[in-house]
Amino acid sequence: MSILVIAEHDNAQLKDATLNALQAAVELKSATGGEIQLLVAGHQCQAAAAQATAIPCVDKVLVADCEPLAQQLPENLAPLLAELCQQQNTSHLLATATTSGKNLLPRTAALLDVAQVSDIVEVVSADTFVRPIYAGNALATVQSQDGIKVITVRGSAFSAVDAEGGEAPQQPLGSVADSNRSRFISEEVSQSDRPELTSARIIISGGRGMQSGDNFPMLEQVADKLGAAVGASRAAVDSGFVPNDMQVGQTGKIVAPDLYIAVGISGAIQHLAGMKDSKVIVAINKDEEAPIFQVADYGLVADLFEAVPELDQQLA
Amino acid sequence: MKIMVTVKRVVDANIKVRVNADNTDVELANLKMAMNPFDEIAVEEAIRLKERGDADEVVAVSVGSDACQEVLRTALALGADRALLVKTEQQLEPLAVAKTLKAVADNEQPDLIILGKQSIDGDNNQTGQMLAALTDRPQGTFASELKIDGDEARVTREVDGGLQQVGLKLPAIVTTDLRLNEPRYASLPNIMKAKRKPLDTTTPEQLGIDTQPRLTTLKVTTPPEREAGVKVADVAELVSKLKLEAGVI
Repeated sequence: MSILVIAEHDNAQLKDATLNALQAAVELKSATGGEIQLLVAGHQCQAAAAQATAIPCVDKVLVADCEPLAQQLPENLAPLLAELCQQQNTSHLLATATTSGKNLLPRTAALLDVAQVSDIVEVVSADTFVRPIYAGNALATVQSQDGIKVITVRGSAFSAVDAEGGEAPQQPLGSVADSNRSRFISEEVSQSDRPELTSARIIISGGRGMQSGDNFPMLEQVADKLGAAVGASRAAVDSGFVPNDMQVGQTGKIVAPDLYIAVGISGAIQHLAGMKDSKVIVAINKDEEAPIFQVADYGLVADLFEAVPELDQQLA
Repeated sequence: MKIMVTVKRVVDANIKVRVNADNTDVELANLKMAMNPFDEIAVEEAIRLKERGDADEVVAVSVGSDACQEVLRTALALGADRALLVKTEQQLEPLAVAKTLKAVADNEQPDLIILGKQSIDGDNNQTGQMLAALTDRPQGTFASELKIDGDEARVTREVDGGLQQVGLKLPAIVTTDLRLNEPRYASLPNIMKAKRKPLDTTTPEQLGIDTQPRLTTLKVTTPPEREAGVKVADVAELVSKLKLEAGVI
């Protein structure tokens, strides 16, 4: 029996979310006893594989390194995953509930003819999991009857496992064929020196109240003083203030930092779904009726264009 | 080119649902229902492709109870040419929905299938990818831009790091993200016209689909509610609370 976890990486660097998914695997291991395998699938991905090897809870690192897997296109990777699961008696197949895991895993589940349990926030037992539904307004406890449990893991609900100190053996896998159905054309990856939204300890997010993308540097200044990431509400992204990768919410990124500062965000259901598990929530909004105040630990009714510069000054 | 677009009837996106008294599901009785917002975007994109001359037929498909005829009529009013309801009273899981849609696609042979990336009730985000696997088609999930270039669909995908562009050989599957387009509203004349457009009905049994559930919902509970905290008078008080009381900065 094995628990197979898909590493999220860009060939050079393992993504932090992998460590949260591994925590779910550790909890499953204590229920099933199977070994934890971490699959690094990519091209020229030795650097990511080396980082995978160093994770103490990993029993074995599987490395699939070939050109058709360079961008981990699901058309090429899903058949490999399905085959691996069938060959080695995999009990659980796990991926992060990130855009890459969400893209890849349902395709694999269908190839295996099994259901998928999406976005779990708790492992109850080897076959029972808790997952949010209806934008997190309800939690469903679901039991899977399938032989292989295919699961995506909400990173913010699981702590990260240690990343250093292990020496798991690596097992190379054969190369896969290109499906010739899809091709990677290009990628525009946002560059930032700030922490990633999903792993940041502090996040400051702006909403429609920011009025323009030109006003976001105001938040960035505060973020840099706090070592924070900068996020946005759907309204701010839809209005074109900032790019999509900054969106926090039901269909954007789900975050649970120690401190979430919502600036000019009204608090729509779909936004709350993405941040309401934050430890401390601060809301700055000039509308004292804004629903965001119903979830905020500290609410400041003020004009953000006065309050944010003042906050910036006081943090100096 | 023929486009198949899928629509689901869900609770209105602005309603905060509550868990029912016996903790078996959420309470949906008497709530306003509507087309899943991501499916509205899917319908809009299909119609725009037709208006641009890339497509010549748009078929809307829904899987669910008789009430789903409403959302199919909406799709027809928006510009779909005809509709198909796969009627079932059972709440199908994404895998069963994908199998049902595969059977429909086998009959219809669409060049492009556009689905919402997720429905806002189950929040599963699975059906499009599963359908792609079952039909052995390439998939462009979380699309924020879609262009047809000969036998290729060029899809810009919203991914965690930014944007990714992929090329998919047709026939292909695309799932929509929020920024793909802004759906139009149906005009009154089009709503009237939609009543005369063809809406066929079939069932999973007629399509030969095994819809046996694989998951059992043991219970549905309300997550711990967050209590509203305090209002602070000014920025100075906020900073002091964050430092001394919450200890987070």
